[in-house]
Amino acid sequence: MTAPVSPRPTRRRLGARLWAARMEYLFMLPGLILFGLLIGYPMVASDWFSLLDWSGFDAKSAFIGLGNYRELWNDPYFWGAFRRSFFFMLGTVPMQMGLSLVLAIVLNNRLMKWAAVFRTAIFLPVVAPVAVTGIVLTLMLSPFNGPVNGLLMSLGVIRAPLDFLGSPDLAMPTLIVVFVWKWIGTTMVYWLAALQTVPDELYEAARLEGVKGWQMTLFVILPIILPFAIVIALVSAISALNVFPLIQSMTGGGPFYATEVMEVYIFRNAFASTAGSLPRLGYASAAGVFFGLAIMVLTLLQIASVRWMRRSTRDV
Amino acid sequence: MSEMRASSNRQLLSPRRRMQVASVFLALICCIHVWPLLWMVSASFKPNAEIFAGGGLIPSAPTFDNYRRAWTEAHMSQYFLNTLFVTVLSTLIVVLTTSTMGYAISRRHFPGRGLLVGLLVFTLFVPQGYTIIPVFELLGALGLSQSLWGLVLATSGGSFVVFVMLFAGYFSQIPKELEEAARMDGVGFSRTFLFVMLPLARPIVVTVVVLQVLHAWNDFLLPLVVTLANPALRTLSVGVYAFKGENYIDWGGMTAAATMSILPIVVLFLFLQRYFIDGLAGAVKG
Repeated sequence: MTAPVSPRPTRRRLGARLWAARMEYLFMLPGLILFGLLIGYPMVASDWFSLLDWSGFDAKSAFIGLGNYRELWNDPYFWGAFRRSFFFMLGTVPMQMGLSLVLAIVLNNRLMKWAAVFRTAIFLPVVAPVAVTGIVLTLMLSPFNGPVNGLLMSLGVIRAPLDFLGSPDLAMPTLIVVFVWKWIGTTMVYWLAALQTVPDELYEAARLEGVKGWQMTLFVILPIILPFAIVIALVSAISALNVFPLIQSMTGGGPFYATEVMEVYIFRNAFASTAGSLPRLGYASAAGVFFGLAIMVLTLLQIASVRWMRRSTRDV
Repeated sequence: MSEMRASSNRQLLSPRRRMQVASVFLALICCIHVWPLLWMVSASFKPNAEIFAGGGLIPSAPTFDNYRRAWTEAHMSQYFLNTLFVTVLSTLIVVLTTSTMGYAISRRHFPGRGLLVGLLVFTLFVPQGYTIIPVFELLGALGLSQSLWGLVLATSGGSFVVFVMLFAGYFSQIPKELEEAARMDGVGFSRTFLFVMLPLARPIVVTVVVLQVLHAWNDFLLPLVVTLANPALRTLSVGVYAFKGENYIDWGGMTAAATMSILPIVVLFLFLQRYFIDGLAGAVKG
């Protein structure tokens, strides 16, 4: 090193610049390898696999072009699962966000005693492993000796036990409620973080102006936390689309496919084909790619709306 | 309409009184949230006949028989060690790889930096269903599908991008003078990172550790797929799931197995609560 190296060489040849940054690359190498192996490669490989007819990891595969996609397009089970995934998302996200916002506003109130204890209790299910929680809840919701039915009957709400997870009409609503129960603590913590960005002076100023109670919430707090709402909605929507552990452990997609969402569909086709039929890795990959693209479009839409919100609030 | 209700509320109830009413509702919600955990622990100490009979949460004659069955016959002891192994090692790998990468992309200039950041953001929300088949195929190709190391490697990818972002965001806020000073003193690049920058980023390290422990302990699809042909490698979650498939009538054994898998992480949460909650909140703010 004779000449002092400028911090941002722009005009030198690429080779020299690459060489100058060798320490940085070396430094990132472990991360780059991990990223490449577990995220980069799988994303590209999935696209390739989706063009193959491939039945099992030990079997030979054959290139069939867009054949899998053509078959997906005409597969009612695929569309059923696709529809159910987004139905599940629309069923959970508004309820989860609304209820958790109310909880957060109440817990954020200075007059609320025991707020820390309440917060801990509501957050508790979040840390419990999903699949294990799902198993415990299947026992609790069982129509045979399950304590939930026991409680509802002794309270006089129902007269005969309900088959929460075994009836095609009840299974999906039950899973939606369980999902909200499980994850509402996360959204509540997000909202609490958002509420803490509201400066105390603002409350004071509003109070001096005579703003009270629900008006305070509606006209003072909500406008400030609205930009957070879009981020929270995005994160909640993504988590509602990734419900494999909960659904696989509670219903396995049943009864009669009534709760089969996309990831359960992919898993069933790729790894757990019904007795006699071979696993279909190419076909399942195609479903995964289709689903992944749908989520990506959804994400881009929401990120665009965050940008738009930020710009419009800055103009005000 | 809502204004009317608000004003009549204000006349009827003082703010303090209103909060007391809210407390009652909150207490009810908390009961609903804690009940399954209490029921699970309670059932795990009861004989099956007593569980099926319903009754209160306090077992009439507490027994450890369920735990003995789950621990030995259902191999939960093995699954417990597997989970611990995967959790600890994947957390170490994740902290090492994401902190270095987050540092490099936030504080250093190198060709391809923009491209790399773009790729990371692009893959932020890739669903597991998209990547699971190639990841499993890759483990096979690397000869890791028959060992816990494969599971360790694959589990490290779970929230990789989020963690890199968290580190990058934090490092970019640290004043440049610190690195300058270290450079003046002749301290090398990697030692600056290790002894100056990483200690400064302790809050993010704790957050990443907590979130990765949670992820590794709770992951299901990946360990399920990896252990389909290899029951000896099962983690606790998969073990409890398999228990239900094999012994669906043994509620006592099942709740004991479930308690073994849920209780350690719940206790950890109760002790490190602040880090769990700050970690989650930080992830959404960043």
